[in-house]
Parts: sequence; C-alpha cells; structure tokens
Amino acid sequence: MKIHEYQAKKILAAYDVPVPRGEVVFLAEDAKEAAGRVGGSVVVKAQIHAGGRGKGGGVKIAKDADEAAELARQILGMTLVTHQTGPEGKEVKRLLIEETLPIERELYLGIVLDRARSKNVFMASSAGGMEIEEVAKNTPELLLKEIIEPGIGLTPFQARKLAFGIGIPKESIRGAVQAMMALAKAYEATDASLAEINPFILTADGRVVALDAKMNIDDNAMFRHKDIAGLRDLDEEDQLEVEASKYDLNYIKLDGNVGCMVNGAGLAMATMDIIKYAGGNPANFLDVGGGANAEQIENAFQILTSDENVQAVLINIFGGILRCDTLATGVVAAARKLDLKIPIVVRMEGTNVEEGRRILADSGLKLTVGEDMKDAAEKVVRLAQ
Amino acid sequence: MSVLIDENTRLLVQGFTGNEATFHSEQMIAYGTNVVGGAVPGKGGMKHLDRPVFNTVAEGVKETGANASVVFVPPPFAADAVMEAADAGVALVVCITEGIPTADMVKAWAYLKERQTRLVGPNCPGLLSPGKCKVGIMPTMPAIPGKVGVVSRSGTLTYEAMGQLSALGIGQSTCMGIGGDPIIGTNFVDAIKLFNDDPGTEAIVMIGEIGGNAEETAAAFIKENVKKPVVGFVAGQTAPPGRRMGHAGAIISGGSGKAADKMAAMEAAGITVCESPAEIGEKLKSRL
Repeated sequence: MKIHEYQAKKILAAYDVPVPRGEVVFLAEDAKEAAGRVGGSVVVKAQIHAGGRGKGGGVKIAKDADEAAELARQILGMTLVTHQTGPEGKEVKRLLIEETLPIERELYLGIVLDRARSKNVFMASSAGGMEIEEVAKNTPELLLKEIIEPGIGLTPFQARKLAFGIGIPKESIRGAVQAMMALAKAYEATDASLAEINPFILTADGRVVALDAKMNIDDNAMFRHKDIAGLRDLDEEDQLEVEASKYDLNYIKLDGNVGCMVNGAGLAMATMDIIKYAGGNPANFLDVGGGANAEQIENAFQILTSDENVQAVLINIFGGILRCDTLATGVVAAARKLDLKIPIVVRMEGTNVEEGRRILADSGLKLTVGEDMKDAAEKVVRLAQ
Repeated sequence: MSVLIDENTRLLVQGFTGNEATFHSEQMIAYGTNVVGGAVPGKGGMKHLDRPVFNTVAEGVKETGANASVVFVPPPFAADAVMEAADAGVALVVCITEGIPTADMVKAWAYLKERQTRLVGPNCPGLLSPGKCKVGIMPTMPAIPGKVGVVSRSGTLTYEAMGQLSALGIGQSTCMGIGGDPIIGTNFVDAIKLFNDDPGTEAIVMIGEIGGNAEETAAAFIKENVKKPVVGFVAGQTAPPGRRMGHAGAIISGGSGKAADKMAAMEAAGITVCESPAEIGEKLKSRL
C-alpha cells in the first residue's frame, strides 16, 4: 500500500527521523493559517502518490503566508501530470506546507528488499535529489549498500560506514547515524516494503533532515497494522479497482478494449500477452482466484463491464480445483442476470470440460467457444474491433 | 524418475483439519500420495481422514517417520509453520499459503539457511510427479508421466503448460510451482539444478514472470551448466510498470524485472523462448 509523503514523515518522525516542521491542508482557505504557524517562507507541496511532483509544478516556495495561500489555491484541484502518473495525471486534493531549510547538500537514503539475497538492503548515496535508478545505472559506485541481517537489524557500524561513505562531515556523523538507524527501525516496525528519503539533506548549520519521504507498506502485513490501514487514500486508486478489492478480486485497469477474466495471476498475465500477440489490447488484468463461484463470476462481470472501453470479453479458465461445469453455470447465470450485450469468448480447459462446454452451448446465449488460448485470443480480438 | 517427491514420500499436512487442507489432502490421498498424518496445535490425539493428528510437527515426524510436510496454515502463522517443519527435520516443506508478510519470510529464510530442509513456495501450487505423488493443490488431470521437468512461478500457467505437453503426448517427470512471492525457498536455479541432475528428466520447461531477476540468473546458470533442451516463457510482457499483478513478486520497478530483458537473457543462454503462451508445447516438441 502506498501512503502520502506527509503520512510517511509522520511515521518517520515517530521513530526519531528528523523531518521538517509542517502541516497538511485539504482546503486552500486553511493554507494561510497553516503557513503562519509554520512561519517564514514555506514550501507548498502537492500530495499525490507519484514522484516527479516538482517538475510537474506541484511543489512551490512561498515567501510568506499570503503567497502560500495563493499557491495553495493554484495547486489544490489541479491535475498534476508527472512521469509516474500516466498522461491522465492525478488531481491534487491535499497539500503539505513545510518550513524551508538552508540546503547544503542533497543525499539519498533508502531501504528495499534484495530479492536475490532474501534480505533487506540499506542504500545511501551522495547523489541525492535525482532519480536513484539513474544513479544506479550511470554511477553505480555512488550507491552504497549494507545488507540488513534478519534478527540483528542495521548496526551502528554499518550506518557509520554509509555516513562516512557518502561524505557526511564528522561533526554531523552522529546525527546521520541516528537518522539511519531510526529509518531502519521504522521500516521494520511498520512492515514497509520500501522506504526512501530523497533528498536526505545536510543543512548549512550541520543538521540532517528528511526533506522528502516515501514509504510503501506490505499489503500482506496489513492485518497487524490497523493504524496504518487507515492511511489508505481511496482517491489515489482506480474506483473499479477499489470496488473489485471488496469482492477479493484482483483487478487492474489497463487501456485496451478486450476485457479478461482469468483464474491465476500468471495465466492472467499470459492472457493479456496473447491478446496483444493476436493484435489486440487488454482492458484489464483480472484474477478471479482458484475458488471462484457463481457469485464471484457475477461480480467480476460487473467490474469488467463497467469499464466503458470494453468491447468484448475473454474468459480463460484452466479448471483444476475450479471445475469447468461450475464455471460454465456461473457464466451463464451472470450473463442472464446482467443481461450482457457484449460478445463473450470462453476458453475452458480442465476438469469436466465437456460438461462445461455443453452448458455454454445449451444456454442459448451468444457465447463463442475458443478451442485453445490462441484461438480464443484471435476470436476475441476480432469481436472487439 | 522424478525430483523431490515420489513413491517414497511420507507426507505430514500442517493445518490438516482446515477446509482447504482437508479437501486437498483427500485429493492427494486419492492420487496415491502417502499422507501419514497431520499437525494441528491443540488437536493432537484425534483422527482426521483416518490419519493421526499431532500437536507439533516434531511429534508427528517422530511417530510417523514423515520426510516431507505441506503447509496449509493461514498467512499470519505460516512462516512459523515452515520453521517448525525445518526444526522437526523434514527434508522437504512445501508451503501453499498465499499472503505471508515479507518480513516473516525474511526471518524464515534465514532460519532455513542454517538447516538441511528445502522449502518450496510459499504462495505456490506445490509439486506433482505424475503417476507417483502429489504434494499441494495441482490438478492431476492435465499431467501424464514422462520425461519433461516443468518449473514455474505461476500455478495455472503450469497447468496450461502441462496440458499443452500432454496433448502432444509428451509426459512430465515432475511439475514444480516455485511460487510468486519475492522470497521463495526454491528458485529457478535450484529447480533447474535438480532437473539437470535427474536422469529421468530429458528436457525442461521454465515459466517465469515479470519482477525480480530470477530468470536472468537462471539463464546464466543454464548457459554454463545445462545441456538438456530448455523452453521458456515469461508472463507479463504487456504489464504496466509499478503495478502488482496479483503475485506479490510480479511488479516491475525502476526499469528492472521487465519481460523483454528476461526473454533476451534467456534467448542468449540458448533457451527456446516462446513469445506466446500457446506455443510452449509445440516449441518443446521441436527441441526433443
């Protein structure tokens, strides 16, 4: 789960990572007072779940509270387009108003899972304030790493190695080490899957501060973080995806016009691939899971067909545990109940497939049967045109 | 021949009395798997599916001589169950559970590293050595005994590959779902090593997906070590970056984990790469 910058900073501050003083506002009329409380010149930062906000015009500096109010009016409600939002952009509904700080140097700190080692890795770089992927690609020697040993955590000597390694002056080492240890502690305590401070700044007066913060939390661990679950911002998510998640359906909206309903994540991705291979474009990823019943299939149809771009639907099920006759009964019932008008291609394989095909054929519905994945993909792409 | 499981597998089911575990245990027993009992805390002494239930895995292993376990325990407790199996000394633990917190698996992985137990999964369909033994939830209908080893990060896509092979009369030695999570016990390289060393396996199908770089690592290993023909596919060629496609591991982040890069690495290693998932059977046939 993604959370906003201001939410991540609040969590980090609770673990003693130094962050700028700031306040979040939802309404432009609250900006002036908030800026007044922060005092002096402030930064007005759009809060959306995407990076590159500064370049997109979502981060501006105000010399005083009046200007902050003016900037808040401009930024709140604007549609911010960055390299991470997609061309449609995202509407700004929250602002963070923060103190400005005298930046001496911009550095980088991050923690992420190293899948090859099955351990978390703490990263630090002297090249802060830019895309860390670019740093890793172009100047890998500037990206320092320390493996976090499970059960031990980041040790002070590792933090010192990193802090000296990224060139922190000796009078600021103690603060930097503390901030790194605190970041590692916050990552572990919240079941984060990503924590990044970019930039992590050194100020003119020798302090270190997390000027930006990004945290993702492991969805699988949410059951033990009820407080963090409350930070979910549904405005940042696709409405159909939110709806689908209520029914335990794994749905991701895409840009094409061929709707897909598949069991299993791998087969669902492969189905998207074969649609593309057949010259079409998938409208979504949808995994109905291994135990899909008639009700789940109805819910899935409802989600699929509320996407107006969908011109045809491909159902691709490899029935093992989920039997084909059960699936066919569910498809027929849902198609009747929802009075579906769009063409549907069904490809089924597996347990009780003959019975399943008979149920589809006898239904009187306009269903096209695909013989195999390739045949089904070609048929549905034709029907969607 | 087959790898990891066969007629000699003596299986203990962790979380034996749950709904899913009961259903799949019945299926495994019907297929001929020697299910020797189960472990469920607090239910020791009872019988389930005519087999004994034990409070702990250690007790179950001692009483039944189990040499493998399968985990059907809910996500909050599953990593602990995996460690319990390793502590009891079973040679193989297969974890079916989906949705285990990554932090739990980081710890379990470190725990297993210092012990002899091999983990397959989590978040996987398990193993099937056609005609001999099934551990997990794979449907047996698409499989026939033979000499192709199948290894995959995805469940239903494994069944798809099995079905395509069987339709062409090509049987399988062992089919292995290694799981879709970021942290798994047995990775592609481990699985391919097993198949490479198995005299009963003559060719390998490897089905990857976006996320991580396990396919690239496996390709490098195959290039150096494997003479048997390998056919591959990578799911998620059309997946958008930054989105988690069902599996926790299936996410393209920061320009890495892309299908195109994986396919190129595999091709460079001499693997026959399928662009379309419908070609897996045919391409394998052409390599025999």
